[in-house]
Amino acid sequence: MKRSGALLLFPLAVLLSGCDFVVLSPAGDVAAQQRDLLVVSTLLMLLIIVPVMALTVFFAWRYRQSSTTATYTPDWDHSTKLELVIWAAPLLVIICLGALTWLGTHLLDPYRRIDRIEAGRPVTQNHRPLKVEVVALDWKWLFIYPDYGIASVNELAAPVNQPIDFRITSSTVMNSFYIPALAGQIYAMPAMETKLHAVINRPGTYTGFSANYSGAGFSGMRFAFHGLTDQAFADWVAQAKSAQATLSRETYLALERPSENEPVRHYASIDPDLYGAILNLCVERGKMCMNEMMSIDARGGLGLAGVRNTLPLQYDKLARRGAVFGNDPSYVASICTAEEAAAASRAARDADDKAWPLRDLSPLRGVGLLAPGAGSRRADAETPSLGLLRFEL
Amino acid sequence: MPDTLTKFIFGRLTLESLPLHEPIVVGTFVVVALGGLALLGAVTYFKLWGYLWREWFTSVDHKKIGIMYMVLGLVMLLRGFSDAIMMRLQQAIAFNGSEGYLNAHHYDQIFTAHGVIMIFFVAMPFVTGLMNFVVPLQIGARDVSFPFLNNFSFWMTVGGAILVMASLFVGEFARTGWLAYPPLSGINYSPDVGVDYYIWALQVAGVGTTLSGINLICTIIKMRAPGMTMMRMPVFTWTSLCTNVLIVASFPVLTAVLTLLALDRYVGTNFFTNDFGGNPMMYVNLIWIWGHPEVYILILPLFGVFSEVTSTFSGKRLFGYTSMVYATVVITILSYLVWLHHFFTMGSGASVNSFFGITTMIISIPTGAKMFNWLFTMYRGRIRFELPMMWTLAFMLTFVVGGMTGVLLAVPPADFVLHNSLFLIAHFHNVIIGGVLFGLFAGIAYWWPKAFGFRLDPFWGKVSFWCWVLGFWLAFMPLYILGLMGVTRRMRVFDDPSLQIWFVIAAFGAVLIACGIAAFLVQIFVSIRKRAELVDVTGDPWDGRTLEWSTSSPPPAYNFAFTPIIRDNDAWWDMKKAGYRRPLSGFRPIHMPSNTGTGVVLAAFSVALGFGLIWYMWWLAALSFVCLIATAIGHTFNYHRDFDIPAAEIAQTEEVRTTLLAAEGARA
Repeated sequence: MKRSGALLLFPLAVLLSGCDFVVLSPAGDVAAQQRDLLVVSTLLMLLIIVPVMALTVFFAWRYRQSSTTATYTPDWDHSTKLELVIWAAPLLVIICLGALTWLGTHLLDPYRRIDRIEAGRPVTQNHRPLKVEVVALDWKWLFIYPDYGIASVNELAAPVNQPIDFRITSSTVMNSFYIPALAGQIYAMPAMETKLHAVINRPGTYTGFSANYSGAGFSGMRFAFHGLTDQAFADWVAQAKSAQATLSRETYLALERPSENEPVRHYASIDPDLYGAILNLCVERGKMCMNEMMSIDARGGLGLAGVRNTLPLQYDKLARRGAVFGNDPSYVASICTAEEAAAASRAARDADDKAWPLRDLSPLRGVGLLAPGAGSRRADAETPSLGLLRFEL
Repeated sequence: MPDTLTKFIFGRLTLESLPLHEPIVVGTFVVVALGGLALLGAVTYFKLWGYLWREWFTSVDHKKIGIMYMVLGLVMLLRGFSDAIMMRLQQAIAFNGSEGYLNAHHYDQIFTAHGVIMIFFVAMPFVTGLMNFVVPLQIGARDVSFPFLNNFSFWMTVGGAILVMASLFVGEFARTGWLAYPPLSGINYSPDVGVDYYIWALQVAGVGTTLSGINLICTIIKMRAPGMTMMRMPVFTWTSLCTNVLIVASFPVLTAVLTLLALDRYVGTNFFTNDFGGNPMMYVNLIWIWGHPEVYILILPLFGVFSEVTSTFSGKRLFGYTSMVYATVVITILSYLVWLHHFFTMGSGASVNSFFGITTMIISIPTGAKMFNWLFTMYRGRIRFELPMMWTLAFMLTFVVGGMTGVLLAVPPADFVLHNSLFLIAHFHNVIIGGVLFGLFAGIAYWWPKAFGFRLDPFWGKVSFWCWVLGFWLAFMPLYILGLMGVTRRMRVFDDPSLQIWFVIAAFGAVLIACGIAAFLVQIFVSIRKRAELVDVTGDPWDGRTLEWSTSSPPPAYNFAFTPIIRDNDAWWDMKKAGYRRPLSGFRPIHMPSNTGTGVVLAAFSVALGFGLIWYMWWLAALSFVCLIATAIGHTFNYHRDFDIPAAEIAQTEEVRTTLLAAEGARA
């Protein structure tokens, strides 16, 4: 019996050994920490699950009707001690798991800059994060490298052991940006920006994809993510810079149209304001940017004039028909020029970057506590040394 | 001019709307049409129309409505499962450059329809049907509080199902996933009729569900037999009460959010659009504020079923009745505080995410307590392994795994790597099949003799049981593994050949489940054939504990000739122990509600209204809306609402039972 069981398990073992459990053996530190949390939580819960399953089988067998030796107490239905145990045991597990969750969620908040490259190697001022602006398009990915002035479609590259700082948006519908080997996913949503901070620790080629269904071409919305050595990354950048194509607002609008299974392509130069325009839905010239609209509204809006400040829509991304009883498709006309809007957008981003200084993680002290020797909260913000629970300024 | 006229009459509907270019759909249509014609022909040939109309369609008897709900759930299960097996087949073959056999347009409809149908038109009718049939019997009532409303609710649910089924052959269904997130479901990115079918099918069915929730709450609160205090209610009635509270509190949110989406699509508002200040995240929040309680709406009544079954087949009082009740109530309340765990990855801050993660974990405490309560009900019992008990054991061993993976997904950083993966799919099928479906099969096997007066054939039941249980593990364990390999859901084609073997195994699991469904249908068929052999005249085949087992099987229209008086939460067990004797005389007339066809008519107009709105046939929408309102008002002038069953008739019915029981007693 035992041998036949082992024989049955053998093909399963072969099957499992042939698999790439990328979620369980990732190549990036963030994903590795997420994996650790997953494994620890599972073990913690097995403390309850295994006894319950064993008891279920045991009781079912022990108290079967045909058993002649088992005690039968048809009216026994209460025991305060047992009740205490059955409420307290799961409670204790959940208290442990809850604490783990609170810590882990803050520590692995995708919006938070990473503070270690891997265990025992904190991020220092010498690490310059690689900035990547990610745009989910129908149905391909656009990656913009603002510091290098290049962009790529369906291919992402990053040097190993360097923090990567993703800003993520989408042009039309919701997607989810996910490279299992690197870090957990985060949604990509139109007119909104999500952030992800991660690091890749081993060179190699990994798979990235959209993890949120986005329409007909969804299955093909995959890209290669290359973890490269510094030299190889420099070569990759040089190669991109030697590409023929450049990415302007006009070429972007052509790229944005729905297409499936797009080949990799590189852009040697980019319009530096493009990402801001995509994010604010104003790549088309003459359309009011979302941040412009919000800033006008924050100051009281344009009143009735604002309602009439629309122009009929000439082009839209899909075959837009508009709602059957609604107004004809239109858009809000811009008041600033595209350049003014972009400049304002840039200023806002710079301010945002300053408000988010690098912090290290070493001592864990709790919210609001000051580091030893730090004179004031302000000084602390400049020379960061506070613990991981300190995430607000 | 004729062109304008055609457009006026048919709206968006043209010949091109019929999916004649999709051979699979055409084939399905031919089969369904032939099957449907055969069914209609048979009904006509055997002259059953009058019988069906008088005794079933217009019936306000909660037992018949409950059974009709179960039939609806079963029919829709076949449709929803066909979708499932088509998906499994597509994913098993779409490797190495193969596109599989489904194009994106068709495949994307299939997974959307599968989710919508399984939740709204399989699980919901099954659960509502079970509650409808059992609750009034368990509390010693003669019907629900609002019998006509009950009939109307049922037909509105049917109306929604008809709209979903129509989308298969006329036009198309949504290609958005079962919750139709905007902007994808907005008019810009889904300009066709699919999402409109989705909206109006759910709106029509939602009316039925909400009204049925109100009805059952009133019934449980107001119509319990004397002596049945809240803390003497059977656990199934308790879980039903909590479920219906959840329905009444959450379905209006669904109705509201779908109305907002409909406004976006029909009149050009911008609630969930990208431009003009719309915010799709609002939709995601609102739909899950309904969606998470919905999960508990489905599972809670089945927790009740498992409690009844465990206690009955262990021949023992339920362990920890009070803590069971409080656990149910706690779950009911907490289910409103966890919705955000469905989208940790939408970018909420760490504190928000951990709050919702921890509240989610807290739900596992009362659920765990329930599990232990069932365990200690078995402890020192005398367990009979009849079919309902087998399903319960399978549930206990399966559900804990699903519960564990659920808590795992509630840890936000773990969710970041598993969200939207096949691990998630495996998790919720693990709890919905392992919990809801196993519970339904337990409940059907348990209460079938009560509904029809004969047991289900145990052999075919066991075949079905093993096919389902093994099929489930075979179909979904590979998905857990694939999820850990980073495979995401709703994929149509794959480029990594090493994944294929797992999809093939999962497809075999699905085939095994298909055998389980087939065996279940055979079981019903065989049981009806062998009903003389399987007959139960006692009305109490399992040595039951609650009131429904005190009356005959099937119960008379009035359920109880005399309203029982309750002294214990195992009322019937208590009565049996106290040497209860059926009263044989002194019957008095019983006041009962009359049948009415208004529910069918109202639902028919609602379907026409939905169809008109979907296809932009404004004349049809306006006309059916006017008729709908007129019928509703007209019904208020119907004064033939009730009648009295004369005492003589009751005496006669009870006399028949007395004779049967005496014969049975003589035989035994």
